[in-house]
This record gives sequence, structure tokens and C-alpha cells, in this order.
Amino acid sequence: MAAVQETIEQVRRIDVEQYKYGFVTDVESDKAPKGLSEDIVRFISQKKNEPEWMLEWRLEAYRRWLTMREPDWARVNYPKIDYQDLYYYAAPKKKKELASLDEVDPEILKTYEKLGIPLREQELLAGVVRPEGERRIAVDAVFDSVSVATTFQKELKDAGVIFMPISEALREYPELVRKYLGSVVPASDNYFATLNSAVFSDGSFVYVPEGVRCPMELSTYFRINEKNTGQFERTLIIADKGAYVSYLEGCTAPQRDENQLHAAVVELVAMDDAEIKYSTVQNWYPGNAEGVGGIYNFVTKRGDCRGDNSKISWTQVETGSAITWKYPSCILRGDNSSGEFYSIAISNGHQQVDSGTKMIHLGKNTSSRIVSKGISAGRSQNTYRGLVSAHRKAKGARNFTACDSLLIGDQCGAHTVPYMEAKNPTAVFEHEATTSKISEDVLFYCVQRGLSQEEAVGLVVNGFVKDVLQQLPMEFAVEAQKLISISLEGSVG
Amino acid sequence: MTALLEIRDLKAEVAGRQILNGLSLTVNKGEIHAIMGPNGAGKSTLSYVLAGKPGYEITGGEVLLNGEDLFAMAADERAAKGLFLAFQYPLEIPGVATLTFLRAALNAQRRKRGEEELSSPDLMKRVRELSKKLGIDPDMLRRPLNVGFSGGEKKRNETLQMALLEPLLCVLDETDSGLDIDALKVVANGVNQLRAPERGMIVITHYQRLLDYIVPDVVHVLAAGRIVETGGKDLALQLEATGYAQYQGEAA
Repeated sequence: MAAVQETIEQVRRIDVEQYKYGFVTDVESDKAPKGLSEDIVRFISQKKNEPEWMLEWRLEAYRRWLTMREPDWARVNYPKIDYQDLYYYAAPKKKKELASLDEVDPEILKTYEKLGIPLREQELLAGVVRPEGERRIAVDAVFDSVSVATTFQKELKDAGVIFMPISEALREYPELVRKYLGSVVPASDNYFATLNSAVFSDGSFVYVPEGVRCPMELSTYFRINEKNTGQFERTLIIADKGAYVSYLEGCTAPQRDENQLHAAVVELVAMDDAEIKYSTVQNWYPGNAEGVGGIYNFVTKRGDCRGDNSKISWTQVETGSAITWKYPSCILRGDNSSGEFYSIAISNGHQQVDSGTKMIHLGKNTSSRIVSKGISAGRSQNTYRGLVSAHRKAKGARNFTACDSLLIGDQCGAHTVPYMEAKNPTAVFEHEATTSKISEDVLFYCVQRGLSQEEAVGLVVNGFVKDVLQQLPMEFAVEAQKLISISLEGSVG
Repeated sequence: MTALLEIRDLKAEVAGRQILNGLSLTVNKGEIHAIMGPNGAGKSTLSYVLAGKPGYEITGGEVLLNGEDLFAMAADERAAKGLFLAFQYPLEIPGVATLTFLRAALNAQRRKRGEEELSSPDLMKRVRELSKKLGIDPDMLRRPLNVGFSGGEKKRNETLQMALLEPLLCVLDETDSGLDIDALKVVANGVNQLRAPERGMIVITHYQRLLDYIVPDVVHVLAAGRIVETGGKDLALQLEATGYAQYQGEAA
């Protein structure tokens, strides 16, 4: 994996003190005025040339949102967000319509380079053609809120796969979007999801038709760049009967003093015999050493195993954000459907993480598996919150949950809040949980072999999270491993 | 000629208790020194102080490794300079394959010495050769480091690490503990293969038994934090007969 090695070196070279990805790209923004109102919602919809029904959908969500209260049950503390003090739309200004990747703003390409995006993907962005037969990744690059480049459109199209910005899909496949949008996460679902429904700017849309195995991994890089801009991504992925798709999402953000709000919604729909694998590496700016700044990440991710024998698998590596509020979940509606949640959540400094999953067993003989690895360092707080429930008709529901927490230092906290509800007597739920401290003796053993204290922590932690790392696609796993070590720098000694 | 290791009047304490009371010892290249002594004499403390384990305070004396001030170096630098401690109880690291650990350790040392990292294929090749030489099942390389290893496997793994890292000075802390006689022979055989003209070893042990297999050039008796007697390999046999009582009385 030479390319990956180069990427790692590239990441290593990026020399910004604490947060390795803190820099701002100078691209002139096309912004809506500050604040939120029906007019802003209309402005966004208009900017996107959306159909009338979409505008109505947004407005309804907005009105609903006005009646809702911000949730406060999570174990996170942050100053009150002034929703009128944020921008809700920002797009990089285009000089003209983009005909090819060569026309992508070089500043933007430079940003991706700084981020250490795998060379292969950079090549894709630069339009380099690789020999036939090589495993490829299609990148839908989201810069701030608008997708500026989409690659491999044609090949995907030949396979019948639709992979495009959701704003574009709304114009080109309005009926398809209309059919599924909000069908997993309703516009009224929760405070942040409802806000997203009103003002979402862009995101990815994927449709894999019946019987098609998506010929490549689909990958999106998100990046918040505009000062004080709420980032409201909306992703919708549908795998029709017997289809398969693997989707990778990775994010980094520039260093800032102000808090940045991120409230994304991801909806997955898997029909009969379909499978969706969704992997995330999240590395938003976590704030400085004193806990100032950093991204507020309030995300609603949910997958619906709508068809029989369908499968949805979430894998996440969460290292960034000042506040993380995120519970990628599965609704196991189809008979024999299965859901998986593999998570690594790392918190350092003053980060607060409240994350977990919900596995809702509705169909017969459904199964779910949860493997959560939480690592707390510094003065951070790390909470696993999960729900496993079996509906009264969910005969033969099975769940296995393993929650492991690792503590580094003596000023951080790890918390586990598992909920279980079995309304069918045949349900079998298993739950295992461990909490351990990283042992000084183990660290000394490593150091005696020549590893620095930080390398030793990185090694031990990577061992701790191995079960989850293995679930990630190869390219991601290597990056994630590196990221884990970077995230824990300064956590010992 | 500079001695490989020179310990001069070393004093050290743990949690406010003085354990080493002016210990002096010189190890030259190519020599194997055995340090024997009763429980609580400071044998393990000596090995930890040399390796730089946190919590041990040096209150006097100095140690030179190849003429360089050992205490001026951090523990990982000491390792990179060729100091290796074979642990009495090797630690387990769940989820980290033995091979991964070997690679991390070797390359960390090489980086510190300004050498190029060994590529994965080269490393694999070397580790396979050494495993074969030391009679180690290659399957062990894939297993998480020391997790579920038998006592013998753990010690063999220490030997493998030692062989790969090629240290100048090996400190073997009670390598015989937890081993039956067959395992002891295998490990001792591994250690003997690592005897080299450039390399020195300190073999710390409670019992003479190990020294039947790893034959030392010099035997020291450590009691109450000091070397109280030094002799040839016969001294070990003598101790086996007389025990340590005489020295304990003397130290008190």
C-alpha cells in the first residue's frame, strides 16, 4: 500500500500545532445573510432550483422546528446556541459551470492535498486515469455545502448507480428523492434533524438499482470551511432489492475560535436482500487545549432494513468535535434482517462525546451486533448510550452488545448507558461491558522496547480498537489508525 | 577499552525506601554476568533502574553505557542505544499482533538512531528466520502479544525480541521464573545463541539452576542493595549449597 504510506507521510508533514488540519482556504463565499427565517429557507430552496414540493417540505419542517425544544438529555454541556447568529448557506463561488475536474478551484484541490486525502483519490479528483481492474473509489467532494466535483459519474451510470449531490438529484430524479426523503428520519424526528430538514444545503444521494453490486466504494469528504456557517448535510442512500453498496465518509475541519454547528442527517434504505455498509472517519476540529472552539456535531443517522434479509452496517471512528451527539441506528423491519454498529469514539482535551446506537427489532428473526470502543483521555467525557429493543412481534430477535471503555489519565470519564427493551419473550439480548485503565506497566514495557510514550499509547489503543478497525475498508483503516495516534497526542506524560 | 556497562556506587530508592546502597559493577563486551541474591536484595530494582522505569529515584552514583551517561537518557533512548530488559513477567497487549509489536519496536529504535525503517517484507523475512532458529511457532507471530501465552511462550517471545533488536546489553530478570525444566532449556538455548563478542549480558536469578544452561563468566552476590561477593561460575554452585543466610547477616 505505497499510496497509503505516502498519505501517512503527508499527514505527518502537515505542521499545525495541536490540531493537524487547522487552516483556512481562501475561496470567496456566496452566503445567505445571518439568521434563520422562512425567507432564508426560501432563499436556500431557490438557490438550489428546487421543485415546489421541496420548498413546502422545508417550510413545514421549519415551522415544526419553531415549536420544538433543544434536547438536553445527553451528557454534554455547551453554551446555548444562538441560531439567529449563524449563516445557513454558503457556497464556493463558481466562476463558470464546471465541465471537468481540471476546472475545480486549485485552492480547493490544495485543501484536499493538505488534508492528506489518499493520493488515489487526489488523482481521481485531478482526473488521472488508472489502469483497468484496479479497485477504485468514487469521490463526491463536498466543500462547505456544495459538491464541487463528482467523479466516475459515467461508470456508475453504466452500472445504473446514481451517485450525485442531493441538490442535483432533486432536479434530475425528483420522484425518487421524494419517495425516500424523510422516510427513515422524518422531518419531525428530532430538534436537529428537523432543523436540517428545513435548511439542508447539500449532501450525497445514492441509488443502487435492483440486483446491482456497486462497482466501487463511494466516498465523500466533508469539510466545514466558512466561518460561522452551520453545516447541514443531507445524505440519502437507497439499495434496492439485492443491491450492495459501501459508502465512506470522512471529514476534517479548519481550526476556529467560534463554535461551529453541524447537524447532518443520513438516511439509509435497504430493500429485500440488499446490503449497505456505511463507514465514517470523523475528525472535526475538537477545540483548543482550553476547550475553546470546536465543532458541535449533532447528527442523526439511521438505516432502515426495510426488506427481508437486508443488512445495514455502520462503522464509525469518531475522533473530533467539541461535542458529539450521534447515534447511528438500524430499524430491523424486514424479516431476517440484520444491523451492525462498530464504533471507536476517542475523546481528548475537553471533548464531550455522547454516542451509541439504536437497534430496533421489528421483523422476525432479526439480529444485531454492537461493538463499541470508547477511549477517554485528558479532561474529556465519553458516554456510550444505546438502545436495543424488540417489538412484541419481533420473534427470535437477537442482539449482542460489547461496550469497552479505556481510560487514559485520571481526569477523564467513561460512561455507559445501555437501554434494553424486550417485548417478545423469545428475544435474546447479550450485553458485555468493560472499563479499564491503560496500564503503566504495559506502557513501560513498550517504552523499554524503544517506543516513545506516545507511540506506546497509540499502539495499545490501536490494539484495543482492533475489532472495529477491521470492519473498515483497507484505505480507511490505515488512515484511521494514524488518526487515532494523532488524536491522543499529548494525552500522557 | 571502554567497558560496556559501568555502574558506580549506585543508590536508588522506591517510594522513599532505599533499595540500592552503593552498587558497583562493570560488564565488558562479550561477558555474561550473573547476579544472584535473596528476595528483596534489590535484583529487580537494579534491572528497572537501568531500564528507566518510572517511580525509581536515583539518589547517588552513576551508570555509563558505552561511556555515555545512562541517566541522561529517557527509557526509550536507552533501548535505542542497545539496552534490553527481558521482563520477569512480560506484559500482555490485547489486539496487537506479536509481529506488529516487533515491527513497531524495531522501527522506533531505528528511527531514533537515524536509520531507515525496515520494510514489512524484510522484517517478515528476518522474524521468520529468527523464529526458526529459536524454535518458535510462526503462529505465535499472529497472536496478540503475550495474550494467552504460556510461561514458556512468553519467555521465548522475549528471546525473539532480543534477537531481533540486537541489543548491546541484555538484562535478563529472573528469566527462569515460571518455567519448567524443558521450557527453561529452550529459552536458555535461545539466549546462548545470542552470545556475541560485542554483547554483554546480566542474568539475574534466584536459583543456580538457570546457570547450568546459561553459563556465566562472572557471578555476583547481591544483598541489601550491594554486591557483596564476586567470583567465577563456581560461586553459584557454592551458593546453592550454603544459601544466602551468611550475606543477609552481613548486610544487616
